[in-house]
Amino acid sequence: MTDSTLGESVGAKGTTDIQNAYMAMARTKRMYGGIILIVFIALMVSGFMLADSRNAGGFWDGILNIFKFPGEVLEEASEKAALIPALMWKFLPSMIETINIAAAATLVGGLMAIMLSLLSTRGLARFPRLIAPFRRLMDVLRAIPEIVVALVLIFILGGGPVPAMIAIALHTAGALGKLFSEVNENASLKPLEGLESVGASWSQRMMLGVVPQVAPNWLSYALLRFEINIRASAILGFVGSGGIGYDLKNAFSWGQGRYDEVAAIFILLFLTIVFFDQLSSHYRNKLIGKA
Amino acid sequence: MTATADMTGATDLKQTATALVARKRLVAILTPIVLMGYFVYLFFAFDLPGLAERARMDNAKILIADSYSYKTHITHDNRNGGLVFAIEGESKGTYPEGMIPDFVTPVGEDAVNIALKAGESAEIEGSTLRYTIPDYGTVTVTVEGRDIILETPDGQTPDWISASGARVNITGEGGRATVTRARTEVYNYSFGWELFWFTLDSPFYGKSLGELAGLAVSGDRVVADKSNIAAMVHDFWNNAMWRHKDVIWAIFETILMAFLGTMGAALVALPLAFLAARNFTRLMSIRFAVRRFFDFVRGVDGLIWTIILSRAFGPGPMTGALAILITDTGSFGKMFSEALENVDDKQIEGVSSTGAKPIQRYRFGVIPQITPVLLSQVLYYLESNTRSATVIGAITGGGIGLLLTQAIITQKDWEEVSYYIVLVILMVIAMDWFSGWLRGRLIGKSEEH
Repeated sequence: MTDSTLGESVGAKGTTDIQNAYMAMARTKRMYGGIILIVFIALMVSGFMLADSRNAGGFWDGILNIFKFPGEVLEEASEKAALIPALMWKFLPSMIETINIAAAATLVGGLMAIMLSLLSTRGLARFPRLIAPFRRLMDVLRAIPEIVVALVLIFILGGGPVPAMIAIALHTAGALGKLFSEVNENASLKPLEGLESVGASWSQRMMLGVVPQVAPNWLSYALLRFEINIRASAILGFVGSGGIGYDLKNAFSWGQGRYDEVAAIFILLFLTIVFFDQLSSHYRNKLIGKA
Repeated sequence: MTATADMTGATDLKQTATALVARKRLVAILTPIVLMGYFVYLFFAFDLPGLAERARMDNAKILIADSYSYKTHITHDNRNGGLVFAIEGESKGTYPEGMIPDFVTPVGEDAVNIALKAGESAEIEGSTLRYTIPDYGTVTVTVEGRDIILETPDGQTPDWISASGARVNITGEGGRATVTRARTEVYNYSFGWELFWFTLDSPFYGKSLGELAGLAVSGDRVVADKSNIAAMVHDFWNNAMWRHKDVIWAIFETILMAFLGTMGAALVALPLAFLAARNFTRLMSIRFAVRRFFDFVRGVDGLIWTIILSRAFGPGPMTGALAILITDTGSFGKMFSEALENVDDKQIEGVSSTGAKPIQRYRFGVIPQITPVLLSQVLYYLESNTRSATVIGAITGGGIGLLLTQAIITQKDWEEVSYYIVLVILMVIAMDWFSGWLRGRLIGKSEEH
């Protein structure tokens, strides 16, 4: 009898303890959350004010003007609406060049990424000791912004699509290499053992044992990269190599009177990006669904 | 009966299998052929044969040599007399009165001996330049009135000397010299990034690390009104040649653009994503409108947004931040709404069974579920946007991208270009590491590959 009352009171005391401990924990957690929130808001506000003060035009002036330029472009484009299709046709070769840069860079960078990823995946690597150096190489390739490589290469090779292509390809090699090697890590090693037992060389093992397992995922990542690379190649054109970006810069710097060209290029770029977005997401869904 | 059915089934199966294998074989053969064909087309579309002609390998040589070495100009004014010593020939790098580089020995009024690399030497005496090369002899170039007279030991002009009536260029192994009517100039190449720490007008210039450390701890003040460490920091920070202050500010501006843009985009996209998610917005039309808005923002590329915004806001970090914000609102909106559609309803039901209001249901039933997905996406974008901010800075004119393009366009300060490139790479790697660390801390699983 006495025992049971003792047990009960201990139980009640235990529950209170647990409740207190839980409430204390919840309070600390809430406090940490609050602190993080305050720090975050402070960072955002002070960052915004700093950026605003270091900008040539202030935020509040700019926000009122934000529709001025698109308005001017739209106005002029609507006046010359009949000319737009012809202009779009005129800029189509540049658009194709931009797409070609992206496609070539994705292909070349993808092939480099395949090599790098196979060389830097545990269990598959040709030289297991060199896994870490190859990974660091991919890190550096990913870290260098395309524009840096492109501008340096423009100085050496002159303008044109090749500097942009090389710059994007190098970045693609790093970015895809990392994703590919993550895919490779999930590949089954059994086919490799089988191939090795019949005396297959390293390249044969990779071609026949690994590639069939991982190809759909590789392709899906490469398609996503292609989409990103089209945007990158348009931007690089604006900074100095060929393609639609270069035409956009020229049309843009002519100022008023050529805004119909700006509008035509905007539309062309928009349609191209949306088209390749849809295309690549369609095929990616198909590939991943199959895998 | 059953046997024939099996037989036909087997033949069917065999036929499908054969067809499948045949198709696979065709694909396996056709893919490389198509790829080869595409590369051949590109070979001509990109004008690769012409590229070999356009390529300027001498530019590459200048670039590489310049990135790890610097040159000191020793200039004699042939009209008014007087010698000037300047690093990279810039006024910011000019040696002050009474200070000369250590490879120069004064031998008289307006006359110096210059020891160059590879055993070569040069002597400037008034308007006369004597350039001595071992195993060859001394080349003498004299400016007399309107004439430039070139004398070589064998009377011939070798191909490393280019001479015309108005200009003589000598390109030796260890140095270079140029003579025009106005000035005689000798360039000496040395290894390193000179003046990186302190410029010539700083009292700390030319001191070794040990001496600097000694000065830092000693009480004797080099500059009267500052402690030695403060003076050193001041001189380094305000270095006119390398502009460390501006460069660090530019890096900071770039990171600021990425931070404001990414976080701003996430804040804008989150409420919109609820409107675009099937399980939170029953009204088809709203969902459709918000989704098309996301698609539109994503489809109008970052490049176009950047151009439009730079018209309204002018150059600077705010423009870059807003460009990133607008572009990524589309991407985040799409990803967040997909994450919201995959939310588990049980947790929300559990929260609503306790009598929670809608806001509380979202706060305690939905947000905890999507936080990990959200955070990892946002942090990934933060890292990738640091790179984008460099490019956007080059277009709008802000941050390190602007400094980089300016330095490359002037085509002479390649050591500064390499300095910026190193800083950009370090910045991106640091952001990569930081976002990975933060993700590990907040989500609680470290994804170290």
